[in-house]
Amino acid sequence: MNEIYLHTQGLSVGYNGKPLIQDIRLKLGRGQIMTLIGPNGAGKSTILKTIIRQLARIAGTVYLDGAGMEKMSERDVSRRMSVLMTSHVHPELMTCEDVVSTGRYPYTGRLGILTREDREKVARCLELVHASQLAERDFSQISDGQRQRVLLARALCQEPEVLVLDEPTSFLDIRHKLELLAILKDMVRTRNLAVLMSLHELDLAQKISDYVVCVKGDRIDRQGTPEEIFTAGYMMELYGAARGSYNALYGSLELEPASGTPEVFVIGGGGAGIPVYRQLQRQGIPFAAGVLVENDLDYPVASVLAAQVVSEKSFQPVGEESFRLAAAVMERCRRVLCPVAAFGPVNERNRLLREMARETGKLDEAPTE
Amino acid sequence: MKKAWIRYCACFALLGSLLLALLVWNITAGSVDFTPGEILSTLLNPESGIIWGIRLPRVLAAAILGGGLSVSGFLLQTFFANPIAGPFVLGISSGAKLTVSLVMIFLLSRGVTVGSMGLIAAAFAGSMLSMGFILLLSRRVKQMSMLVISGVMTGYICSAVTDFLVTFADDSNIVNLRNWSLGSFSGTSWDNVKIMSWVIFASLALAFLMSKPIGAYQMGEVYAQNMGVNIKRFRVELILLSSVLSACVTAFAGPISFVGIAAPHLIKGLFHTAKPLVIIPACFLGGAVFCLFCDLIARTAFAPTDMNISSVTAIFGAPVVIYLMASQRSRRMKEGT
Repeated sequence: MNEIYLHTQGLSVGYNGKPLIQDIRLKLGRGQIMTLIGPNGAGKSTILKTIIRQLARIAGTVYLDGAGMEKMSERDVSRRMSVLMTSHVHPELMTCEDVVSTGRYPYTGRLGILTREDREKVARCLELVHASQLAERDFSQISDGQRQRVLLARALCQEPEVLVLDEPTSFLDIRHKLELLAILKDMVRTRNLAVLMSLHELDLAQKISDYVVCVKGDRIDRQGTPEEIFTAGYMMELYGAARGSYNALYGSLELEPASGTPEVFVIGGGGAGIPVYRQLQRQGIPFAAGVLVENDLDYPVASVLAAQVVSEKSFQPVGEESFRLAAAVMERCRRVLCPVAAFGPVNERNRLLREMARETGKLDEAPTE
Repeated sequence: MKKAWIRYCACFALLGSLLLALLVWNITAGSVDFTPGEILSTLLNPESGIIWGIRLPRVLAAAILGGGLSVSGFLLQTFFANPIAGPFVLGISSGAKLTVSLVMIFLLSRGVTVGSMGLIAAAFAGSMLSMGFILLLSRRVKQMSMLVISGVMTGYICSAVTDFLVTFADDSNIVNLRNWSLGSFSGTSWDNVKIMSWVIFASLALAFLMSKPIGAYQMGEVYAQNMGVNIKRFRVELILLSSVLSACVTAFAGPISFVGIAAPHLIKGLFHTAKPLVIIPACFLGGAVFCLFCDLIARTAFAPTDMNISSVTAIFGAPVVIYLMASQRSRRMKEGT
C-alpha cells in the first residue's frame, strides 16, 4: 500500500446543512488514482466539492498528509491540492498561457507578478499536456479537448500533491478522452501525484483507476479495486439498470436482447460474431448463436444478446452432441449467417453446419449491412 | 510576453497624451477662450479667476471622477462575471442619488449645509442599499440580463422618488440639487477636489493592490478559491470598494451613465487583455479621458448652456453597451449553450 496522502473520517456531505451522504471514509495514497462512479445525481460532485472546500462540510474531517484541512489556510491548501472542474470557464481575453499562469498564484508575491522561474514552469506544464503550440491562443477560442488539457496544465502548474477532477472527460470525444487520461496516468507515475476524480465512463474508470468508490444516492455503496467492483451483477445493481447488461471483461454495455423464438442462426467464433449479433439486436430480430466454445470471444456477447446459444466447453473442439443440437436449432430458423471465414480442427463441425445451410438454401452469403 | 508589454507601454503613452491634451483643451475652451500659455501662467501664479477658480477644479473633477467610475465598473464586471455590469445599470448610482437628495433636502430645510464627507457618506449608504438589493436578487436570478433589467428598474424607482422629492421641495437651495440630480461637474470647488482625490485615489490604490485576487477571480469562483483566494472576504472587499468609488462620484457629480461599462470595455479592447494589474490603472486613465471628452462636449456644444453630463456619456456609452449585449449573445449562440 502506498503512503496515504488524503483521507476522510466520518465525512458527511450535503447542501444547506442537510446531510446527503454520511460517514464517508476514503483513503487515497500517493501515486494512486481513486475514481468515484455512480449514477447521475448520486452525489459524486457533492463529495468532490466538499473535499475542495467549495461546499461546507456537514460533519467529519478531511486530512491532507495527516493534517486536518479545516485548520489550513487557503494558501496552504492551494499548495497541496489543485482542481479541474466540469463547469465551463469563460475568462475574458486570456491566452492559454495566462490561464496556466494562474496556477502559479500560491507562489507569487503581493501583485502576482511572475518570475522567470514561474514562466519556465508554465511553459513546462503546457508541454506536458502537449499544448505548447496553444500558448498564445485565446482560451475561449480553442476546442473543448484543448481547453481541458490547458486546465489540466493549470492544475499541474500549481504543483499539487493531490489533484481533484470532476468528470474531466465530459464534453470530450473519444480521442481526447484517451489523451487526457493518458497524460493523467503519466503524471501520477512521474510525479507521484494522488488523483481523486469522478468519471462517467465505466470502461475508462475500470482501466485507469487503482481504486474505485461507488456512490449511490445516500451512501458509499462499495469501494475496492476495479477487479472487485466491476462485476456484471454489481454494475447493473449500482446503476439500478433493469434492461441491458454490462460485460465486466470487456467493460462494454449491451442493450436488451430481442425476445422470441430465433429467426436467424449465426455461426460465429473468434470475435466475428459480435458485430452480427449487435446488428440483429438493433434490428430487433431474435437469433440463435452457435456453436461457440465457452472461452470464445463471441461467447459473452452472444450469451446476453442471443435468444439461444449452443455452446461447447472451453478449450474443446465442437463435439457431436452440440453439433446435433445446433443443427436442430438451425433447422427451425429462416436464415443462417456465417461471418466466420476460417475453419480448423476445433470448429470443423461449424464448417459442416455452414455446408448444411448452403444446401438448404438458408445461408445468406453476403452479410447483411 | 515582451510584445504584450510593448503594447501596454504604447497604450499607456497614448492614454497619457490624450489625457493631457484633453485637460488643456478643456481649460482653454469655453464661453471665454484662453491660450495654453495663460494656463501655464495661472498654474505658476495661482489667482482667483476663471481658470483657477472655475475651469481647473471642474476639469480635475471630471478626470478624477470619470476614472473612479470606470474602475468601479471594472470591479463590478469582475464581480458579476459580466461585461454589462456597471454602477449605473445596476441602479447603484441611483440609490446613491436618492439618499443624497433625502439628506440634502432634510438638512437644507433646517438650514444646515452638508459637507462633502457627509454627502459621500449618504451616497455610500444609498449605494450599499441598492447593492444589497442587487446581491439578494442575484442569488435568485442567475441570468445576467435579468439582473441588469432589475438594476435598471431599481434605478428608475430611485430616480422617480428623487424627482418627486426635488419637485416638491421648494427651497431656493434646491435649484442646485436639480442640476446635480441630472449629473454635472459644474460648480466643483477646490475643497471638493481635495476630498474626492483622497477618496478616489485611496480606493484606486486598494483596488490596484487587489489585482492578484481579481485576476484569479476572473477564472471563476471555484478556481479562485482553489488558488488560495479567501472568497468570502474578497467578495466583501470588492463590493465595498466599487460602492465607495461610485458613491463618491455620485456625491459630487450626480449619477453619470454608462462610463462604468463603456470605458473598461474600450480599454480592454485597446490593451487586448483583462489583466487587472494593467487594466485597473488603464481604466482610470480611460475613464478620465472619456469623461473629459464628454464634459468638453457638454460645456461647449450648446454654449453658454451646459448640458447635463449623463446625456453626453449616454450618447457615446450606450452604443458600446448595445454592442456588448449583441456580441455576447452571438458568442453564446456559437457555443450552443
